[in-house]
Amino acid sequence: MTNPLLKVDNVGIHFGGLKAVSGFDITLNEGELVGLIGPNGAGKTTSFNMLTGVYKPTEGTIIFDGKATKNLLPHQVTKLGISRTFQNIRLFKELSVLDNVKVANHSLAKHSMFSAIFRLPSFFVGEEKMTEESIAFLKIFGLDQYKDELSKNLPYGMQRRLEIARALAAGPKLLLLDEPAAGMNPQETRELMDLISLVRKKFNLTILLIEHDMALVMGICERIYVLDHGQLIASGTPEEVQNDPKVIQAYLGEEVEDSC
Amino acid sequence: MKKSKVFWVYIIVALIGYGIINVLINNGTLDLYYSNLIITIMINIILAVSLHLIIGITGQFSIGHAGFLAVGAYVSAICTMYFNLPFVIALVVGAIVAGFMGLLIGIPTLRLRGDYLAIATLGFSEIIRIFFLNWDYVGGASGMQVTQMTTWTYAFFCTLATIIVILNFTNSRHGRACIAVREDEIAADSMGINTTYYKVVAFVIGAFFAGLAGGLFSHNFYVILPVQFGFLKSFDILIYVVLGGLGSMTGAIFAAILLTVVSLYLQDFPETRMIIYSLVLIIVMLYRPSGLMGTKEITDLFKFKKRSKGGNVND
Repeated sequence: MTNPLLKVDNVGIHFGGLKAVSGFDITLNEGELVGLIGPNGAGKTTSFNMLTGVYKPTEGTIIFDGKATKNLLPHQVTKLGISRTFQNIRLFKELSVLDNVKVANHSLAKHSMFSAIFRLPSFFVGEEKMTEESIAFLKIFGLDQYKDELSKNLPYGMQRRLEIARALAAGPKLLLLDEPAAGMNPQETRELMDLISLVRKKFNLTILLIEHDMALVMGICERIYVLDHGQLIASGTPEEVQNDPKVIQAYLGEEVEDSC
Repeated sequence: MKKSKVFWVYIIVALIGYGIINVLINNGTLDLYYSNLIITIMINIILAVSLHLIIGITGQFSIGHAGFLAVGAYVSAICTMYFNLPFVIALVVGAIVAGFMGLLIGIPTLRLRGDYLAIATLGFSEIIRIFFLNWDYVGGASGMQVTQMTTWTYAFFCTLATIIVILNFTNSRHGRACIAVREDEIAADSMGINTTYYKVVAFVIGAFFAGLAGGLFSHNFYVILPVQFGFLKSFDILIYVVLGGLGSMTGAIFAAILLTVVSLYLQDFPETRMIIYSLVLIIVMLYRPSGLMGTKEITDLFKFKKRSKGGNVND
């Protein structure tokens, strides 16, 4: 058996007395597309923040690609190959669309600060390469004709796509998508699903996504984990999860015993 | 390459400007009063541009810039007056020591954000001032005698170097990383940018050039006093950056020129000077809250394409 790409073992975090997530165990194999679902406030985004180093888990271990990431800072985790999008869009608003992607491409470029200040040939070569690569990412997402637009001026759906393009430009092995389809109409969601499948094949990615749109989750995810109140309550294929009584209970509530 | 051509055009224009003013000073058209004003403007431009890198580009609200100015001023004055080093070396030493102070101060304080960082940097600049106030070696409160050495040539080339270095830094992947830190620190971190590193780098470069300005400053006025480097000086520099428009280098330069001239002419009305000065600031902030230039650069006017912000003057 090959080693899993990501192994999260019994991870938990508490803020003061509040246990936000506990006993979080997930395993991702290379090339999988896995969903993470759960009602609001279940701890999905908190789990993402722990995986990317934004929060430091108070217990448990996270092994990514054979390395423990628990004590790393977010930018170090990104360099290992995990990149993400955000639930509430966090683009660099005052930067152009192209520059947003170039920022993420930053850690893959080599030219030094010295070469930048003195405008040495390596600077021009390095910047040229960054621009070309970034435009290639924008093309995939159909954003290349807007490259000089400020990112805050893009319509909502495009901002969402730009976030994914930006995350890809950081050169990840594992892509974490936090509600990529939030606020999109069914047409846009369908296009997004195709796009996710496309980039997954093209870049040989492993993807973990949080989503509330069940059509999307059930449509493209191979496996699903369900969180509720900070704990994993179910996992398995979409069919298994859909029929799991605990999941139904978490989403729809229990039937009240007829007492009268 | 086309990009570097535009860059050289700007350099040549600047050098022609330098030549003209040099001739005017040498043949006496611009007397000592005006040449002094021009040198003061140049020093203020260096200060404004160096603080622009810290506040406008990297988004770190530092109000202790006069501290670095003081370090550069005193260190370079010590070099020329006590060790008889050439002025150029004194300028460089002053700048390096100020940059090193930036590193020392930056590493602990840049963990702080917003108001907390502002208070911490203000505190550090006061410590520096009080250190010089109590150091008898440099004359303490009565100040230190310094020979006048700053000329238009020194002032011009130091300013040009400052602008080129900060512009080139801004328009590279490193400068973009700094802008990303300003725009959204968490997102920048998640995109693989070492935010602490870039904050400290911007701080050190800013402090370095403030130190350079300090060297020019101390050798321009025959005497330096600790009281010249109080927090009011820090606010003066801050005002250049904010009035010019956060994120706009040309804005900071314009504001530095404008306010230096305005405050000079207002010296004829000592009773009302600060009132008028403050009113100018209030009016600008009311009608143009984003500063004179907003986030645009003056060079954007020569282009028909939309530009990203942050100082893309030469690309």
